[in-house]
Amino acid sequence: MKQHILPAIRLTLVLMILCVGIYSLLLSGFARLTPEKGSGEKITDGNGKSYYANIGQRFDTTIYFNSRPSAVAYNAAGSGGSNKGPNNPDYLKEVQQRVDDFKQKNPGASIPADIVTASGSGLDPDISVAAANAQVARIAAARKLSQQTVQQLVNKSIDRPFFGPQKINVLKLNIGLDQLSH
Amino acid sequence: MNTEILGIIVMFVLTLLLSLPLGRYIAKVYGNGRTFLDPVFNPLERLLFKCGGINPHKEQNWKQQLVALLVINLIWFFLGMFILLNQSWLPLNPDHNPNQTPDQAFNTTISFLVNCNLQHYSGETGVSYFSQLYLMFLQFVTAATGMAAAAAVFYAFRKGTHQTLGNFYNAFVKSITRILLPISIIIGMILILNHTPMTFEGKQQMITLQGDTTYVSTGPVAAFVPIKHLGTNGGGFFGANSAHPLENVNYITNMTQMIAQMLIPFAMVFAFGQFINRRKLGWAIWCVMTLGFLILCIPNIIMEMHGNPNITAMGVSPALGAMEGKEVRFGAPSSAYWSIATTVISTGSINSMHSSYMPLSGMNMLLAMMTNCFYGGCGVGILNYFIFIILAVFVSGLMVGRTPEFMGKKIEAREMKIAMIVALLHPLLILAGTALAAALPSQTASTLANPGFHGFSEMLYEYTSSAANNGSGFEGLGDNTPWWNISTGFVLILSRYLPIIGPVAIAGILGAKKYIPESAGTLKTDTATFGFMVFAVIVIVAALSFFPALTLGPIAEYFGMG
Repeated sequence: MKQHILPAIRLTLVLMILCVGIYSLLLSGFARLTPEKGSGEKITDGNGKSYYANIGQRFDTTIYFNSRPSAVAYNAAGSGGSNKGPNNPDYLKEVQQRVDDFKQKNPGASIPADIVTASGSGLDPDISVAAANAQVARIAAARKLSQQTVQQLVNKSIDRPFFGPQKINVLKLNIGLDQLSH
Repeated sequence: MNTEILGIIVMFVLTLLLSLPLGRYIAKVYGNGRTFLDPVFNPLERLLFKCGGINPHKEQNWKQQLVALLVINLIWFFLGMFILLNQSWLPLNPDHNPNQTPDQAFNTTISFLVNCNLQHYSGETGVSYFSQLYLMFLQFVTAATGMAAAAAVFYAFRKGTHQTLGNFYNAFVKSITRILLPISIIIGMILILNHTPMTFEGKQQMITLQGDTTYVSTGPVAAFVPIKHLGTNGGGFFGANSAHPLENVNYITNMTQMIAQMLIPFAMVFAFGQFINRRKLGWAIWCVMTLGFLILCIPNIIMEMHGNPNITAMGVSPALGAMEGKEVRFGAPSSAYWSIATTVISTGSINSMHSSYMPLSGMNMLLAMMTNCFYGGCGVGILNYFIFIILAVFVSGLMVGRTPEFMGKKIEAREMKIAMIVALLHPLLILAGTALAAALPSQTASTLANPGFHGFSEMLYEYTSSAANNGSGFEGLGDNTPWWNISTGFVLILSRYLPIIGPVAIAGILGAKKYIPESAGTLKTDTATFGFMVFAVIVIVAALSFFPALTLGPIAEYFGMG
């Protein structure tokens, strides 16, 4: 056993230089070459304020497309889901409350599952196309725009990837909405 | 919905297509064959061995290999404890995160040391960047440890009689320099091009469009995530793991991470077949593993696409499937695919919250970890499967009344005893752990996030995840208590090292035995019949030992649904 201790320590040290030092430096250097310099994608609104494009924000007023419920209140210094089981009676009561609220705010609209359930990260930047469509009438009324204009904006904002589900980035959609009203 | 199913199929097919050449390459690396990358790696490795004071050509028998493996693991343990207990004053701590408590540092160090990454902390607040980088280091070296142990088993089954199984340090270092590091760099670049952060700055303030003030954690994520998946470690940079929109930005990064985690477990199977010159055996093993994977995976995709009937009853459209705990950019089907991929393999990274899945989906994840050999972890997966091969050979031998043989070596009492101990250890640790936790409500009751059967499932999942060195969780469990930190810590140690020691010991003993040439009476191990035999042994061991516990958890919950 003894003859293994010293090589183990020495090997650990050189491997740390390789796997932590050189590896991180290589990737940091590569990130420096990208336009965002490794700090994550940003988008800017009409007033020149910039936001993380992929960090979801809380939107719960009538004049914005609402984002999904969040178990961490969209505080991106942490992250997480509700971790509630599908049968948990307290949880189901909470969902029922969200369903009722959504119905009240958007009468007559169909209710997609994503808008009444919390995401895994609590920072989901997206909503489904159905969730955006269900809010079009409310937004149009609140902003005194025609439903057609708002619907066009929604249609324009749909992200249609080659693989995976269609989705809409709520922040981008709402920034577009603000620009529409100006 | 079609683009979602297509996405899943593409992920699986791409993994297979990439793993075939990688398997051939791995076989060459361990066989010390020539590859086109030699001019780069030979000088690098010479330098590493020189600095380490190691002679990589010195042959070691199985005992010497295991001692070398355990000693270097012990060094990493002490280093990890030191760093986590002192991270507040060590460098690279821009967010001023505090030191971990001793029991939490014990759990964190052990769980990264054993390639599990249980994580009873959240990345944003529980560790500094310095600690994150050390944990990243452990993700490299523990994956390579598993691969080096598998390489020792490969060596034992070359034709002929072998007293030695190559050199541990040689296989270990080459696993890093020639396999893990280059592929991680490629994956890291793909992630950076898809907007994954790679920075050492601390939290950033952000005023939202609506006017709220929030803070956003970032970090060297694009370096951490590649090896987390490639080495089937699974420890998240952020608390929400790969559900976090900076850790897993879009569907492309999701596919990349998915393929990365299944790549080496696939490739090791093909490498085994290539190395011992029995490619058909490699394919036979892969087919059995894939059968097990699909039996668990397809029902999960279907169940999650159907949605939660309790919520559908409220007038909510089930078109998107069950979305609690899932991200819109991944959708229910590919989240469900991930839920089984990450549990059959010992990754344990998540892109959705497992606790919020339908009851029987949760059961399938548990079964995936209880069997723990359909593909399995980086290197160790094939070791686990190897134990079941030994058991199946023995049972088959009894059925036809012949001395059981595998690869021209007689399997006798000593090897069978080791195989049985390893096979029975897994259910023992899971069931005894869960029973103990259930018997001590003073320690555990207040940590559960859900009432009833689901609460029991949380405890069962925690020990299953520990014993499978998986690391995922029913994360509602408030697991940062001395009870959970220490009890799972010991389960982790036992369930990592015994299943490495056992197979390497068996391989060492078998390798030294006389080689019996194949004859008409030899049991063929690369046939569908034998594949079925192994599958049956796995099902019987897993189903018989775990069925009662599953009945108390997910099955009872399923029948209790409205």
